[in-house]
Amino acid sequence: MLRDPIQEGLARGWQVIDAASLAQGQDYEADVCIVGTGAGGGVSAEMLTKAGLKVILVEEGPLKSSRDFRMKEADAYPQLYQESAARKTRDKSINILQGRCVGGSTTVNWTSSFRTPETTLAHWRTKQGLAAYTASALRPWFEAMEARLSIAPWQVPPNRNNALLSLGAEKLGIPWAAIRRNVSGCWNIGYCGMGCPTNAKQSMLVTTIPAALDAGATLLVNAQAVRLVRPDAAQGRATAHLEVTPRPGASTAGLRHRIRARHFVLAAGAIGSPALLLRSEAPDPHSVLGRRTFLHPTVISAALMADPVNAHAGAPQTIFSDHYLDTLPIDGPMGFKLEAPPLHPVIFATTMAGYGEQHAALMREFNHTHVQLALLRDGFHADSPGGRVMLRDDGSPVLDYPLTDFVFDGVRRAYLAMAEIQFAAGAKRVLPIHEHAGMYTSWQQARQGIGELSLKPLSTRIVSAHVMGGCAMSSDPRQGVVDGAGRHHQWGDVSVLDGSLFPTSIGANPQLSIYAIVARLASALASELTGKKPPATI
Amino acid sequence: MNRRRFIKTGLIGGAVLAAGGAWVVWRDVRDADASSPPRDRIVETLTAVAPVLLAGALPADAAQRSAALASVTAGVKEVIAAFPPAVRDEVDDLFRLLDIRIVRQLLTGVAAPWRDADPAAVHAFLERWRWSRIALLQSGYFALHDLVLGAWYADESAWGMLGYAGPPKVE
Ligand SMILES: Cc1cc2nc3c(=O)[nH]c(=O)nc-3n(C[C@H](O)[C@H](O)[C@H](O)COP(=O)(O)OP(=O)(O)OC[C@H]3O[C@@H](n4cnc5c(N)ncnc54)[C@H](O)[C@@H]3O)c2cc1C
Ligand code: SF4
Repeated sequence: MLRDPIQEGLARGWQVIDAASLAQGQDYEADVCIVGTGAGGGVSAEMLTKAGLKVILVEEGPLKSSRDFRMKEADAYPQLYQESAARKTRDKSINILQGRCVGGSTTVNWTSSFRTPETTLAHWRTKQGLAAYTASALRPWFEAMEARLSIAPWQVPPNRNNALLSLGAEKLGIPWAAIRRNVSGCWNIGYCGMGCPTNAKQSMLVTTIPAALDAGATLLVNAQAVRLVRPDAAQGRATAHLEVTPRPGASTAGLRHRIRARHFVLAAGAIGSPALLLRSEAPDPHSVLGRRTFLHPTVISAALMADPVNAHAGAPQTIFSDHYLDTLPIDGPMGFKLEAPPLHPVIFATTMAGYGEQHAALMREFNHTHVQLALLRDGFHADSPGGRVMLRDDGSPVLDYPLTDFVFDGVRRAYLAMAEIQFAAGAKRVLPIHEHAGMYTSWQQARQGIGELSLKPLSTRIVSAHVMGGCAMSSDPRQGVVDGAGRHHQWGDVSVLDGSLFPTSIGANPQLSIYAIVARLASALASELTGKKPPATI
Repeated sequence: MNRRRFIKTGLIGGAVLAAGGAWVVWRDVRDADASSPPRDRIVETLTAVAPVLLAGALPADAAQRSAALASVTAGVKEVIAAFPPAVRDEVDDLFRLLDIRIVRQLLTGVAAPWRDADPAAVHAFLERWRWSRIALLQSGYFALHDLVLGAWYADESAWGMLGYAGPPKVE
């Protein structure tokens, strides 16, 4: 039997409360209330709890663990993802993947680990006045988080799906490299996106959250943070409180619970954190809240190979190429990062265009299909302002992300680059994932076909698993929701410590950027709240 | 009943009003809302739509095929039930729209009740929405595409066709 660290922790007496099962409205009190338990919330929780602060975590998703992770999409998507993995932008043209469970997106992510590119940091320093964001200042935090989460080169040979990316790139003389992963004792089976069944993935679920709970933090699950209510001396409220409701659908959903705290850390993820501030009617004198939300808009190219690929098996995303990022100026036309994702039946079926016989024929090639994706680097050019988080009538968030010609120019180059690499790797046929695309049988044909494709929202399939921004940091309050320390420019008792901080996209898979930057900021916050020396590492 | 929300829905707003059918829609919506107990609109629609979306993928054997279609319908309903309320309302609106005779006729070209619809007409409807210049109709096509194909390939009985043995044993 495999160990289940969550069940063991619960047996040891962790303070975990299921908000859906509370029969009455409750009042809680803590030094710090953290909203969200993903990359940012997990790291903050461990740091702040270990600094001796009384911490309460609020998570809208459920607490699931390895014994629940059955490697089936039918279980995983509704249980572990926002909107059953079918979250869409406002015009429905981009499908957004985000986690909604303890551990947040880290419970379902694909383990690729990159430090923040220096070009991105340089842009922040000059454009956002974030002078402290230098590679040398961040290095100790990257090193600390890499050690904490076992981030290391992946020694096992790549699966065929990834090997084909390096093979094609090599043939064309395009530089490529191996991806580091946050795993310890990985079985190389490839189901990271459905929750790791072996606890090898060093997500927040099995690292920082257990550490915080062991150190005495309290975790409220199935608990949606609705809004922050400000202190009001006249009303006898010395501190602010967070209003929390059980997840929709619970029989107790009408109840309201209150969490009073000296300080609030928002780590509900991009979309989630700005939405909470919007519902709280936080001051936003310069109309920046929720704006500049970025996605690394991602397009896909499928290739049929003569030999089996079995892209569902083996660690996902172990090879990448930054050639098309590094050969373009960061503030020029959109560059893109190339990777090879895992394929599973539902994701494959819903991604492939068309239906009926034609779709069924593609499905029969499941095991012979090699897939690449291109992550477009958004947010660095004036024509790439990203999207804006808005609230629906019921207070739930929706992201408006207009797809512009600037984005589509990058999309076309990305389709071309992937097709060329795939043919170089020996593809029989290449199919960009687009309603109008043909099944191309040669690079010549693909180049012409892709060149002529009409690129429009909806018919161009665009996805995102990297939501960033919306509470941008900037030393200038006219440009940011929070300052370089993550502190809200208008509300001194609120910090944002998650991916929504980023003033642009990262230009690389974002998890390690969040871990390291949040560790640094949470350390400073711990010191400030306790009056003691900052915790050096985690 | 949330008739107001339905009328507000952009789907109807843009397309049908443009077609000059406002009053008919209003009457039909009222009638549909008054029908009690409401028909199971998802079952009705999928009876016609799922076999066309899944042509070439369903088992040939009649009994297996109807079991497969039942599982697809159940799967679609499960996914919809797991959506947050605002998204669920949108999907409900889509199926309600497809259930109202006059709206269906205007927007899909299928006049017959779904049960009696000719597969060729269903195919024509899917093509019309898939390539529609009206974003809301096109996104309606994608919603049906993703719900139905997703529900079928989530089902283990579909995996044989993919040559997918399912997840490995982890113990
Ligand atoms: C399928 C997938 C694959 C990915 N692969 C990679 C990868 O290989 N490498 C990489 O670097 N990155 C990857 N990412 C992205 C990475 O995991 C995220 O960028 C990162 O986890 C974001 O951290 P966060 O703290 O901002 O938010 P999250 O980790 O998303 O956590 C936010 C948490 O807040 C909760 N929440 C939201 N709203 C509320 C509310 N109102 N009340 C209470 N709780 C709330 C959510 O349920 C969630 O648990 C992937 C993401 C996905 C979805
Ligand atoms: S590939 Fe490794 S990390 Fe991913 S699910 Fe399998 S065992 Fe876990």
